[in-house]
Amino acid sequence: MRAYAGLAGVWVRASWTYRTSFWLLLASSFAMNAIEFVSVLFVFANVPDLGGFGLREVAFLYGTTGVSMAVANLLVSGVEDLGRAIRTGTLDQMLVRPVPLLVQVCTERFALRRVGRLLQAVAVLMWACWWLTWTPLTVGLTVLTLVCGSVLFFCLFVLVSSLQFWTTDAAEAANAFTYGGNTLTQYPLTIYPGGLVKALTFVVPVAFVNWYPSLLVLGRTDASDLPGWAGYLSPVAAAGLALVTGIVWRAGVRHYRSTGS
Amino acid sequence: MATRSFRRYSTYRAATLAGLFTNTVFGIINSFVLLAVWRANPTAGGYDASDAVTYVWLGQSIIMVVMLWGGGTPSDLTERIRTGDVTIDLHRPAPLLAWYLSADVGRAVFHLLARGVVPTVVGALLFDLRYPAGPGTVVAFAVSVGLALLVSFGLRMLVASASFWLLDAQGVQQLGSLLAVFLSGLTLPLVLFPGWFGELARALPFAALLQVPADVWLGQLTGPALFRGLGFQAGWAAVLLAAAHVTLRRAERRVVVQGG
Amino acid sequence: MSLIEVRDLRRDFVVRRRTGRFSRTRDVVTAVRDVSFSVEAGEMVGYIGPNGAGKSTTIKMLTGILVPTSGHVEVAGVDPSRHRTALARRIGVVFGQRSSLWWDLPLRDSFDLLARLHDLPRARYRENLGRFADLLDLTALLDTPVRQLSLGQRMRGEITAALLHDPDVLYLDEPTIGLDVVSKARLRAFLRELNAERGTTLLLTTHDLGDIEALCDRVVLIDHGSLAFDGPLTSVQALAGATRTLVVDLAEPGPPIDVPGARTTRVDGPRQWLSFPADASAAPVIAAVAAGYAVADLSLQEPDVEQVIARLYEGRG
Repeated sequence: MRAYAGLAGVWVRASWTYRTSFWLLLASSFAMNAIEFVSVLFVFANVPDLGGFGLREVAFLYGTTGVSMAVANLLVSGVEDLGRAIRTGTLDQMLVRPVPLLVQVCTERFALRRVGRLLQAVAVLMWACWWLTWTPLTVGLTVLTLVCGSVLFFCLFVLVSSLQFWTTDAAEAANAFTYGGNTLTQYPLTIYPGGLVKALTFVVPVAFVNWYPSLLVLGRTDASDLPGWAGYLSPVAAAGLALVTGIVWRAGVRHYRSTGS
Repeated sequence: MATRSFRRYSTYRAATLAGLFTNTVFGIINSFVLLAVWRANPTAGGYDASDAVTYVWLGQSIIMVVMLWGGGTPSDLTERIRTGDVTIDLHRPAPLLAWYLSADVGRAVFHLLARGVVPTVVGALLFDLRYPAGPGTVVAFAVSVGLALLVSFGLRMLVASASFWLLDAQGVQQLGSLLAVFLSGLTLPLVLFPGWFGELARALPFAALLQVPADVWLGQLTGPALFRGLGFQAGWAAVLLAAAHVTLRRAERRVVVQGG
Repeated sequence: MSLIEVRDLRRDFVVRRRTGRFSRTRDVVTAVRDVSFSVEAGEMVGYIGPNGAGKSTTIKMLTGILVPTSGHVEVAGVDPSRHRTALARRIGVVFGQRSSLWWDLPLRDSFDLLARLHDLPRARYRENLGRFADLLDLTALLDTPVRQLSLGQRMRGEITAALLHDPDVLYLDEPTIGLDVVSKARLRAFLRELNAERGTTLLLTTHDLGDIEALCDRVVLIDHGSLAFDGPLTSVQALAGATRTLVVDLAEPGPPIDVPGARTTRVDGPRQWLSFPADASAAPVIAAVAAGYAVADLSLQEPDVEQVIARLYEGRG
């Protein structure tokens, strides 16, 4: 934890030496996502609801997955560039430091500018929350959703990036799972065919990022085939994915250390 | 030149497959979202559901051709301005603009074949798509994609030229790609943009990148409207290429004066 | 118990090569073949060999980066590949061409962070930094961003970074590559002092014979993955046949230079090459040339490791 803060801090201070560039990139990261939400608003200029969900409900889904994604995306800054660390030998440097490798890889080129994405998602979420009536249970559930969602996306990033230990050529395919998972869960899953929803529940469990717990918060458990208590299973899904991720990451490190490439 | 450029881009095989996979996944997600929109409003924007899904897959095919978010040979220009190699280009016998354009055409043809065909086939297998009404439409579509490439080349070249004046052109590029992705209708068809903003978006050059070719394919533009659409693209292509030409001339003078 | 213990160490790599459109062959290449040696605490050992001989593969196994195919490695009492993180606290590593410092930040910030990563007590850190910065002449540069340092200054920074946590062993990979004569001399003096003062064990790979002469009591020579020689440098007549070369640019072309103690081996227009024994001083040769000829420029070429390796083979054969 201390090591994480120290290593990330180095890159924050480094980016601070190019202040103008930093603010520009932060602003464009904000704007890029803001425009995405404008599309959602435009959609609702044409239709009263999407898959049976109104604008405020979709905004809640958008905001929860957005915050989770943004937190994970910030924390795993360097993981997507694992291939670069391998090619340049930076990974060897990391292996001779007494700090867990994952911490060092995640903090490599730590990109504080990604806070832009977080700010945008928080803004949308706050707007969506404004319209809801809150009970201690739904507040707790929302917080739990954001924590589990962040863990799920964090694991997803690490999991797909681990594959770069074996090959770096196909790194772009990882985006389909990470950013793709984010895009999928911005909308009510009722708009997708049942088979896809099953896959998102049991194979790549991004449905637990926000969908099932949000149904409880929004009082819309009618929209899913699964019983309402599925919304409390996000921690289980997060733990399961974390386990798989840990296994694959370790296998990747072992592969690297036995081939040196 | 165009042939050499084609070969250069065809060497990255695994990366191409990975890109295809990602494009296809996003195409599928977008299709479901738009299908839900047209379930709720079956005549939104004057399209029907199969028009909308077809639009998504045309978009997935065309994005790599017109390189909406920047890239292609104008990116090489940015890099060569940064390293100073551009002075060599400026002394080539062929005009700089034509030189870069021919290379970009090679890239576009490769991307059309490598990254355009597969998503279209996948889209056709998974969804009920609309196909061109006749050979006339196919020809008109081909012309329209060609014009879209010219418009996008002009836009990208203008953005890349900013590097001649700005030390760090990253911000301009980000802004450029931001506008292009949104205003071209890649995230959402321009026909869904409401009110005056929709009118404006449909009049800007970005509309020539994807919305017009898609409308040609879908048969939304026929007869005189077809010629107005192609004329709209050709007009913007001419304006942008002329602007790029003038900008490069200025830049050339600047580089010559400053010695790079 | 030796500090570094290597027995029958072997590392194979599988190389897949595309031979046709669809066919591939799988070759096993042995980078390190059954190498054994041991290093006592406080020794300074030169680990040398031609390019691609297996030097860096060995270093990677000694630091725990790479897992051996077979054989036994023990450094500071632990198996590096299994206790990599624990070992990291006891070793310092300087990879020649790579930097462990943070490019955009002042030198001091990198040191601060590394001390923190190693959980070094504040007092010990301040003491070490003060001592090394003083010895390596870095004190005035501590607040300079790394990217603004010269190659020599940066290498001194790298070495400080590797030593802050009081490692028992320091691995150096080509520490003097690209440095000028003064920087090289300063670095060598420092490493000698470090070894004398703290007893830090030194294992260095190098192409520079000067490094070995100045620092190592012993060389381990590896070639094609196998151990070719292990022993004190002086016991071999290695240096006897090695020569240094003085390259002289005369004001105009002339007959071969004739001075005592050196032999002209090559003439090319105004440029001539004079060779003389590596263990002799260059000063009298240079003085004699300067006194007798109109010299435009002079440069000295040190004998390199390849030359010594050749001599070692002759000595054995």
